[in-house]
Amino acid sequence: MLILHCPYCGVDADETDLHAGGQAHLKRKGPDSSDADFEDYLFMRENPKGVHFERWRHVYGCGKWFLAARCTNTLEVFGTYAAQTTAPPKDLLDTISEKRPGWSWGISK
Amino acid sequence: MSTRLVDHGRLINKNNAVSFTFNGKHLRGFAGDTLASALLANDQLLVGRSFKYHRPRGVIASGAEEPNGLVNLGAGATFEPNQRVTTTELFDGLTATSQNHWPSLEFDVGAINTHLSRFLPAGFYYKTFMYPQAFWKHVYEPIIRHSAGLGRAPKARDQDTYEHFHAHVDVLIVGGGIAGIAAAQAAGARGARVMLIEQTADWGGRAVVDMPEIDGLPAQEWVNNAIQALEKMNNIDLRLRCMGAGVYDHGYALAYERLTDHAPDQDGPRHRLWRVRAKQIVTATGAIERPLSFAGNDVPGVLLASAVRDYVVNFGVSLGDRTVIVTNNDDAYRTAIILKQAGLDIPCIVDARADADGPLIYQARDLGIRVELGKGIAKVKGGKRVTGVAICAQAGEGAVLEELACDCVAMSGGWSPVVHLWSHCGGKLIWDADQVMFRPDHAKAPTGADGQPFVIAAGTANGHLFTAETVGDGWAAGRAAAQAAGYAKRGGQAPLGADTDEGPIAPVWLMPQGASQALRAKAWLDFQNDVKVTDVQLAAQEGFESVEHAKRYTTLGMATDQGKLSNINGLAVLSQALNADIPNVGTTTFRPPYTPISMGAIAGVAKDALFQPIRKTPISDWHNANGADNEPVGQWRRPYAYVRSGETVHDAVNREVRNVRENVGLLDASTLGKLIVKGPDAGKFLDLMYTNMMSTLPVGKCRYGLMCSENGFLMDDGVVARIAEDTWLCHTTTGGAERIHAHMEDWLQCEWWDMQVYVANVTEQYAQIAVVGPNARQVLQTLGGMDLSRDALPFMQWADGKIGDFDARVFRISFSGELSYEVAVPAGQGRAFWDALLVAGETLGVMPYGTEALHIMRAEKGFIMIGDETDGTVIPQDLNLQWALSKKKDDYLGKRAHDRSHMADPERWKLVGLETVDGSVLPDGSYAIAAGVNPNGQRSTQGRVTSTYYSPTLNKGIAMGLVHNGPDRTGEVIAFNKVDGTTVDAKIVDPVFYDKAGEKQNV
Amino acid sequence: MSNSVSALQGKVATAKVMVRDAGLRGMITLRGDITNTKLKAACAGLTGVDWPAPGQANCVGDKGLAWMSPDEILLLVPYAEVPAALGLVAKALKGQHYLAENVSDARALIQIEGPFAAEVLAKLAPVDLHPANFKPGNFRRTRLGQVAAAFWMRDVDTIDVICFRSVADYTFDLLATSAAAGPVGYF
Repeated sequence: MLILHCPYCGVDADETDLHAGGQAHLKRKGPDSSDADFEDYLFMRENPKGVHFERWRHVYGCGKWFLAARCTNTLEVFGTYAAQTTAPPKDLLDTISEKRPGWSWGISK
Repeated sequence: MSTRLVDHGRLINKNNAVSFTFNGKHLRGFAGDTLASALLANDQLLVGRSFKYHRPRGVIASGAEEPNGLVNLGAGATFEPNQRVTTTELFDGLTATSQNHWPSLEFDVGAINTHLSRFLPAGFYYKTFMYPQAFWKHVYEPIIRHSAGLGRAPKARDQDTYEHFHAHVDVLIVGGGIAGIAAAQAAGARGARVMLIEQTADWGGRAVVDMPEIDGLPAQEWVNNAIQALEKMNNIDLRLRCMGAGVYDHGYALAYERLTDHAPDQDGPRHRLWRVRAKQIVTATGAIERPLSFAGNDVPGVLLASAVRDYVVNFGVSLGDRTVIVTNNDDAYRTAIILKQAGLDIPCIVDARADADGPLIYQARDLGIRVELGKGIAKVKGGKRVTGVAICAQAGEGAVLEELACDCVAMSGGWSPVVHLWSHCGGKLIWDADQVMFRPDHAKAPTGADGQPFVIAAGTANGHLFTAETVGDGWAAGRAAAQAAGYAKRGGQAPLGADTDEGPIAPVWLMPQGASQALRAKAWLDFQNDVKVTDVQLAAQEGFESVEHAKRYTTLGMATDQGKLSNINGLAVLSQALNADIPNVGTTTFRPPYTPISMGAIAGVAKDALFQPIRKTPISDWHNANGADNEPVGQWRRPYAYVRSGETVHDAVNREVRNVRENVGLLDASTLGKLIVKGPDAGKFLDLMYTNMMSTLPVGKCRYGLMCSENGFLMDDGVVARIAEDTWLCHTTTGGAERIHAHMEDWLQCEWWDMQVYVANVTEQYAQIAVVGPNARQVLQTLGGMDLSRDALPFMQWADGKIGDFDARVFRISFSGELSYEVAVPAGQGRAFWDALLVAGETLGVMPYGTEALHIMRAEKGFIMIGDETDGTVIPQDLNLQWALSKKKDDYLGKRAHDRSHMADPERWKLVGLETVDGSVLPDGSYAIAAGVNPNGQRSTQGRVTSTYYSPTLNKGIAMGLVHNGPDRTGEVIAFNKVDGTTVDAKIVDPVFYDKAGEKQNV
Repeated sequence: MSNSVSALQGKVATAKVMVRDAGLRGMITLRGDITNTKLKAACAGLTGVDWPAPGQANCVGDKGLAWMSPDEILLLVPYAEVPAALGLVAKALKGQHYLAENVSDARALIQIEGPFAAEVLAKLAPVDLHPANFKPGNFRRTRLGQVAAAFWMRDVDTIDVICFRSVADYTFDLLATSAAAGPVGYF
């Protein structure tokens, strides 16, 4: 049972109040994209044992999507943040670096 | 024989006799007894039969770890199998029957298996039932099914009720022994919100049996004082009969409270499942004594040494007049001392250790008890009960030195901390070679959302076997847990315990250590599943070296007790067979629940009418009172047809279709999704959501729209109405209301968050009724109100107004090809409006119609249905819906995907109409056969049926399907397969079967 | 609108904690910039209650405001006053980007009242309803059993529950069953 903090309404919500939405920070590829880029956007996903960035919706609560950085191995949650961003906030990245030195993820490649 | 003692029995009330039955026999016990103690008091040593060999089995333990004493409890609506006698509190009128035997407990035919044990080795099922393959269905499977299962499944519905409860606590303490109590004192004093739970009906754990001193008081007195003080604190919740069942991620824990099992006449739920979110969890779950592995250790009358003294001290029950103690540690001497002091005979303490020395040994000797060091049990004598033991040298192979008559053997192989809850969520263990036990490794505790440990093992569960350590550790754990939960207040003082010194334990995994094959084959590890030392050794020999493999190959630890007694002994035997160290072999995974919990508790209130939510429209009650044959559509129940007396469902469907085509029908369309999309950017947003153009739709008009996922596949369709300059109303399918709402919110919040658009789901605000058929206008006009004439409200337009007294929004849209109005009224007026329409239409032939008539009529018109023509792999082009793909738009969801090579492939199967040559109805899901076979040797296919119906309008079977190059093959006849292996010929036709010119809907 | 009926049509389950249909209530979903002073003023004018903080609802009688999300407020007014209220909102927010929809008929309002009202809810919702944490004025959107719901505490013994109309029967029965099963003695 994951418990995640909704950054919009301030509730620590049980997983049963949430809906998981897969990997965060995907960059949409539109009509002009190449086949390879579009395939990457549609199908290719990170599957790390460790630091991961995910989309969650507080579906039974305020209805807002938010993003979460957590460790898929220990389930430690480094932080949650608003969905209206293309990259994780700097202070969160610093926290992760402190806790998981040398970590990497798709967006940091 | 086992019997009741005159003295002793701290838990029973001898002034309150209780009667119960066992296998129909009327017996008496006392209030405070467990079923186990009451049976033993009545000399009922034999309580069941083992699973595989049907060996006679007696009670071996006194608590939750009991593997043998499983009975059927109750009858009829209260029947429940596999209930442990040791944890079942006796009540007046209890009925129990033994299980897993035929014809009787005393004489069981299945016991012949024990003589066949040579032929039923580990992995027996895997080895025996392999060949020949043809034997599976008629020979092997019936045999396995007949012998599978323990107890009998209940036949009657459970009459009891159950509930859940959500509790959020700072500190959950599992275990109400002295460590748990001390933890509660420390955490409670610091102000934390604490829940202290104990699985039995009694506080104090082992201490109140063995009665050491704490803070200068006998343990019982200390416990009583402590509990009284804790009860007065309003930040502490104390619960007896409440077991910590499981510990899960982020501090979630399940606790299982048995409210009325001991008092069935009491009102209220039988069990309560606590769904606890704890900041910190203290597992003060104590320890379980291990059996010793010697030949005949499963004979009724062989018990754990601690259980023997529990029965004396707690229940005043003696297992026999003469008890032989066999041990590898000092603690078992306590049993000898207590029994001797109770006036019972101890013929000998058989101690496997070559040296043993210390106060307990002296005390036993002083009482005149014979102590034999370096000795072991070669063999237990007796069948259905112990008659004696043969003693041998522990170092030898089992040569009998002496035989002693006795009626009970009390064994102790040392203590294993209950590490289950610590381990459930990832806590690791270390092997403590000095104490011969696995105990929690605090450097590798389960961690929570903050990455910090959230479980603290305390007391005996943490490997502390002495009172002083246990209470001190419990107190420290409570303090640390409170602190970690944010309660930093200092103060208070840890309780001080006093102990009797004990000498070291010696590891003894087999007795005697060089036991012969014959002896090892009678030395049981798992009593319930009949796993012996030889089975584990065979598993190792056959290559099942991983402890997890050995477990499954032998079934060690797979019984209802989940190996509480057998796991450590089993893996020690395995490690010896592999010449490996115990920590290198490791344990199997501990999984919740700690002991079985009832299915009722898991379900809680979710049974009968509350099993799942059934969604109702404002008109559902009318449907159900008027013959509705419902079909589930998500959690809705929609009428499939309204069946009149004397009709079949098929008759009703045909009648409804004809009536709509000829007169007028009413459909409850309230379940269709209705989403309001509003804002300066709403048009732009909808142009991205839909494949067609919605921004250009004039106010007052309706347009049919398609939605694709980003992958290009069709996900929903529906009519969009433009309500105002900045407001659109999007209809979705019934199943799409929540899904499409979420889909829109997702894109608005996560991709186009700069767009000024709000979406609201108003599906349930309206009852929506489709009035359909040539007389539709007349019915509505009978009610009076707004002008619904052809000129005032043309096809594909909408208008607000009044129909009669009703606030209505009327859409001129048609899914049947008939003159049709979909009228939305506020849901609170829905039923009244429906009733008014029935009255208004009485002379015009009005009838309600169901979803099947709806489906047939749309198929007659060649309209696609999401979920029939689409299945998540179909794109608009497959359904000849290119007209709905806007070429003017730069972008919309699915546009890029439609350019991918496979999507643009001209070879994709495309939508056609199908008519059987003989007029029959094509089978649903049927495939069109093509020449040749595919690489798997299956017949090649060239298409499939997506919808198929009998059309009462055309009086023949009609269908739609996806066919290779279909639209180019009009007139061609192709064969479709049937379940019976034959085929049926069908002609490819235009999918519009009825009123191709669309004249009927546009009047 | 004289022919309007609530989903539960006056259903009552009597026990130590009573569960009853609170009848028709006007409810307006208002989405917009809820920091906007005009929007706040319009809401205050319509309901006469203070602006709710996140996680709060302020309700007096039939009127109230509940904080639904950072861009959504639920307005509670008498059922018959909804059209007028929508008119006032439209007037106050003219020219601004907002959404106001009448959802009165889309919902059911159920009141639970009695000495262990919070425990009745705690049997069903994954929420910390301990009196130290959930107090009068607190509001929460979550789930009850298997459906979405929202509830707020009027006073320690009275909690109002909103659910969707289609699951009104389910939600009512869920609450009534939990109330009939008696107190837990935890809070």
